[in-house]
Amino acid sequence: MPANDHAPSDTVRGAAVIVVGGGVTGLSAAWWLARAGVDVLVVEKGLVGWEASGRNGGGCSHHHSPLFAEEQRLWPLMDQLLGYPTEFQPNRVRIALNERQLALYSRAVVNARHQGFRIDELEARQVRDLVPLAGDNVFAGHYYHFGGHANPHRTVQAYAWALQDLGGRVLQHTAVTGFATEGGQVVAVETARGRLGCDHLVLAAGPQTGRLAEMLGVNLPLKVARAEMIVTEALPLMPLGGVDGNGLYGRQTLRGNLAYGGGPHEWVETEEMPGGPRPATPLMQNIAKRVAELLPLAGHARIIRSWAGLIENTPDGRPVIDRPEGWDNLTLATLSGVGFGLSPASGRAIQQLVTDGACSFADLSTLRLSRFARLEPDWAALQGWQSAAMAS
Amino acid sequence: MNAGRGGVDLRSVAGKELSIDGHAQLLVIGAGPAGLAAALEGAGRGLSVMLVDENPVPFETMGESVPLHFGGRAGGVVRNRNAMMEAMLDSAPGLAAAFDLGVEVRLGTACWGLYANGTNLGWMPAPLAGLADEANGTYLVSFDRAIVATGRRDMGLAFPGWETPGVMGATAAVRLAARYGALEGRRAVVLGTTAEALLAALDLHAHGLAVAAVIEQAPAPVGPADLLEQVSAAGAALICSETVRAIESDLNGVTAVRTGTQTLPCDLVVLGVGAVPMVDLLDAAGCRLGFDAARSGYVPVLDGQARTSVAVIQAVGDCAGLWPSKSRNAGIAEAEARHAAACAAATLGMPGDAVAAPPAPGPAPYDLGAYRKDWVRASVIEAAGEPYVCQCEEVTAREILELRPPRYLDWNSADNRRRSLESLLGEGPPHPDQIKRLTRAGMGSCQGRRCREQIQALLALQAAVPLDAVPLAGYRAPVRPLPLKAAAPRNEAPAFGEQWDSWFGMPRQWVPFWDVEGEYTVAGLAVEKPHASE
Repeated sequence: MPANDHAPSDTVRGAAVIVVGGGVTGLSAAWWLARAGVDVLVVEKGLVGWEASGRNGGGCSHHHSPLFAEEQRLWPLMDQLLGYPTEFQPNRVRIALNERQLALYSRAVVNARHQGFRIDELEARQVRDLVPLAGDNVFAGHYYHFGGHANPHRTVQAYAWALQDLGGRVLQHTAVTGFATEGGQVVAVETARGRLGCDHLVLAAGPQTGRLAEMLGVNLPLKVARAEMIVTEALPLMPLGGVDGNGLYGRQTLRGNLAYGGGPHEWVETEEMPGGPRPATPLMQNIAKRVAELLPLAGHARIIRSWAGLIENTPDGRPVIDRPEGWDNLTLATLSGVGFGLSPASGRAIQQLVTDGACSFADLSTLRLSRFARLEPDWAALQGWQSAAMAS
Repeated sequence: MNAGRGGVDLRSVAGKELSIDGHAQLLVIGAGPAGLAAALEGAGRGLSVMLVDENPVPFETMGESVPLHFGGRAGGVVRNRNAMMEAMLDSAPGLAAAFDLGVEVRLGTACWGLYANGTNLGWMPAPLAGLADEANGTYLVSFDRAIVATGRRDMGLAFPGWETPGVMGATAAVRLAARYGALEGRRAVVLGTTAEALLAALDLHAHGLAVAAVIEQAPAPVGPADLLEQVSAAGAALICSETVRAIESDLNGVTAVRTGTQTLPCDLVVLGVGAVPMVDLLDAAGCRLGFDAARSGYVPVLDGQARTSVAVIQAVGDCAGLWPSKSRNAGIAEAEARHAAACAAATLGMPGDAVAAPPAPGPAPYDLGAYRKDWVRASVIEAAGEPYVCQCEEVTAREILELRPPRYLDWNSADNRRRSLESLLGEGPPHPDQIKRLTRAGMGSCQGRRCREQIQALLALQAAVPLDAVPLAGYRAPVRPLPLKAAAPRNEAPAFGEQWDSWFGMPRQWVPFWDVEGEYTVAGLAVEKPHASE
């Protein structure tokens, strides 16, 4: 076959560590492992970064997370560390259009300051000075001296290439069908391309992670939802692209497009349909309404695309990054739908869990799987996390 | 709180009602010969029918080569909406018949999206179409069945100067000349000898234009012999084994084309190297497509009732496939449409006789995949001066093949590491969607209409695979650009605003890690904790 870096399928060999899932979390983990000198192979059912990892808002400001400080430390270094551009841009302005939004957004201030990061309160006039597309409807805002945004497409590819540059391998178009185990060890990954031996297995397969963990008898409670975004044609660049608020996440890209999402999600049943459609819906219109409110002077800008992504969610919406009980050489990772921005830090944490058994730079105790030990069996129904067909 | 315990997730789509402005049992998109025939057949069988067509499209939209490659040659008359509307009605007598039969005809109305519940989508009350027009803005209508008859457009072809006013698609040229009398040009050079190129040449000639030459990169023409004779009789020189090497121009656009051996004065360069089924709406709606050379490119996969993989959506006319005999005889498209409408009517419980499906195309008269690749090799790869293949985002063929980060990033890696297509980690040909994410080729405001097929051919050439091995670069709604403000719903249900959250609004997701419980149960949510919304 042309355009192929790999050996023919009958000679694919395993690796010391196999990472299942070529999304942003799995790729970052594999890259960090390769940096640590580990022989690593990523097995991906489709193309790298093809799912939610490549189609999100690109935000990098997760002040609630134990990985926040490391996220902030690493992002400004990532272009250099990876050797490929991520389009990372620091800092963010969040705009509140009313008192209610301001109260909600002010909680971020508490979180950031608690960890020694700076947020300035902005008056409406200051917001308009910083954000040329903002309008008279600004109530107030915040300026984050941290966080920012990057380009998801470019970043996932950067991880993959950087991983390759270090000798790591990526096997695309290869679905995992099962695992071979011996005692408390996972010894191989079964795929359509044959059995791939491993000394350690990392499951970071997004919505598929729960199903794969179940094959190993590990209960990782997850439900999948669909969320939507829109993008406009390019506009002249604002001084700061990281502008959101009014119930939206997103940014002005370095090219000038406005890319935003937010609003209602849809719970879906996708377990049987990996690689199925990711349909957008007329929610595009409701998102457009709010982008035009957030940036009224861009009201003329034309939407040129909308899209949807599928996201796995744990019951509390917080990541699981853990080595589950009962297995000596298994690491589980789901970022519960908020994985892109945290990926530099989550990948490093996963690497350390694999190589050292513990994370040196963050307290991952709140990300343990065991927090769900007493979770109600019908938790999804109790929370209303059901698809339209299931609910009716 | 976001989740009523045991109830619904208030932050989800559950209970959010979309505002829907109208319903048709049969919605027909496109009022060309096929769409008109479908509407008439459906109405004749007692269905309530809505027939929408984006034409006449506004002047500004035409100026951006949407939906066709108008190449800056739409005359001043297209600014006059009334004159355009009259011209459109005059050009299609069937429209009057449709009015008489009670069809709700909406001209100047673009359909920018079709939506139906299916896998991973289940919250909509009915199949929906997103429409937009100048008077009403953007709105939704529901339908029981939709027949898509969006026609064709033209494959773009880069050469030095192809962005110059006067370089345009064959379909666009004929549309302006024949329907509106609004083609600004007198003397055309046509590229390509496909049946569609030759028919366009004859149409232009019939509307008073001179056709100076037909240029073909191959050693011999590929179109039907009788059409070649007619084109020759109309005074056009046939120039084979040549392509456009340069454009001469003045402030008004093209003044001549230069081939390797001669200069041909002209003010229009008409691209006829590939008429392409207009499948944007179908692809964005999730209908399964497949490449079929006998049907001129990616076309919807249809069952015996002209249904796409999205069962409530059918496809007829050129968007379902075009071939020489169909291009020469509108009766084939019309027969497809009557068959599809009769099937729809029967499905919806209307009485009436079945209509036979028209015959499918025979084998392709020439190797269409090789032909398009040869044009791209001859014109784009061998071009001097590296013309942009993607005009909107200004990306050259070399930048596409080398996966060069876009120029605005001004990226130079410390060790000059370069990545090329071979490094895309995949097996088989690279996916154009992966290419566009990295290079931005195809991501501009024309939504990839001028570059999509060229990039497909470039990737096939580079990977040394057949054209049909390269996947279609995906389309997304809105398939027509919509201003943010105009796209806002006209009557948004209050629930959207009351329950809107930037992310899922889960009670514990954004609680700072130092404040979250060690154990999570749904019952534990009874204790409220302040949390920032992301």
